[in-house]
Amino acid sequence: MIQNYNIPQELLDILESVKDPEIPVLNVVDLGVIREVIVEGKEIIIKLTPTYSGCPAMDVIGDDLERAFAAHGYSVTTQLIMSPPWTTDWITERGRKALEEYGIAAPLEETADKDVLLNEKKLVKCTNCGSKNTKLVSQFGSTACKAMFQCEDCLEPFDYFKCLK
Amino acid sequence: MKPIKELNPQFLESTENKKHLIDYLLGVADNYLILGQRLGELCGHGPNLEPDIALTNISLDMLGQVRSFYQYIAQLKGDKTTEDDIAFLRKEREYKNVLLVEQPNTDFGYVIVRQFFFDVYNRMFLGALQQSADETLRALAFKGIKEASYHERFSGDWLKRLGDGTEESKTRVQQAVNDLWIYTDELFHTTNADDAMIEAGVAPDMLQLKEYYYEKVGELLSTATLEIPEIEYFQKGGKEGLHSEHMGYILADMQYMQRTYPDSKW
Repeated sequence: MIQNYNIPQELLDILESVKDPEIPVLNVVDLGVIREVIVEGKEIIIKLTPTYSGCPAMDVIGDDLERAFAAHGYSVTTQLIMSPPWTTDWITERGRKALEEYGIAAPLEETADKDVLLNEKKLVKCTNCGSKNTKLVSQFGSTACKAMFQCEDCLEPFDYFKCLK
Repeated sequence: MKPIKELNPQFLESTENKKHLIDYLLGVADNYLILGQRLGELCGHGPNLEPDIALTNISLDMLGQVRSFYQYIAQLKGDKTTEDDIAFLRKEREYKNVLLVEQPNTDFGYVIVRQFFFDVYNRMFLGALQQSADETLRALAFKGIKEASYHERFSGDWLKRLGDGTEESKTRVQQAVNDLWIYTDELFHTTNADDAMIEAGVAPDMLQLKEYYYEKVGELLSTATLEIPEIEYFQKGGKEGLHSEHMGYILADMQYMQRTYPDSKW
């Protein structure tokens, strides 16, 4: 979901300077968690959708947003929006590229994701050599949003960002 | 199941309705807190790296879920109560979780069976809660079910692996199934508060899904080549605040910090 926040470029730049603390190449806009930005002079309200409910990154993102905007003289209030729930479809194309370059395989679409996680089909591309000869090591990875994979050609272990829909 | 209906805006103006809603929510949320705490105990103690990470991931999901429920309760109370007060400062009798989730991590077999018995229920519950008349609960249900299906897949897969594994794993996991079976019925027990919320369309009537639950659990046990216990005597009490002896230890561990240093923060 590409959001048009209707905010001046200066504010968008500040917004994009805030990264996901666990995936520092992905900014909050590309992660797709920013639902709405309301600007009233120097007061800004940012509405966020959490990714996974227990994701500790959400609190940090809230603090980071406040800090980033405070450095430019704005005061930020964040609000959590639960509905509709976040999906991996909201990660932008730029965000998916950044993930791949960082060594995390971007989420496949829903059916393919199920084929990979349930039927052990080989569809996830190795982030190191590009081979699809990869296997699922564990459905749960280093953070709530990822699964662990290994490439059977180059043997590289890597993370796969699970599809959440 | 009742069709979606919107809550009458006056519904929560009645003190009795509000109290019932809060009690109902505690019955739901405390399961996540206590199971999350139990799984958290395994952090760094899993049988190997992958299940260790998976169990703590599930724990994190449960604690994330419970926060949303407690925040909603705090908002309903409208006084100075915070989510932390609800999590850390109640006494044993005030916790409304089912007995199943407080059972100890005896061995990996018990952990998996407890999780599976709960996950099957939880996914059905969150599916049904999506039709709640309460808007906040609908949102939480839509959010939670995505995670719950990952959990059920994990515990179900392990149950099959252990049941259809070696003689040792089969014997031990069968023991866990037999021991924990008596706690499954309580998942469908309703309190007065639950009944009032079912009546109002806020809570799903889980009793209607009970047969389906046992069918699903039975199906997987058969696939796992395990016996379905023929036990007809069930334990209950947790939902009324009457817990097993394990509960005190969990709370002592969990509440120690808040009791020793009141109002301490991260």
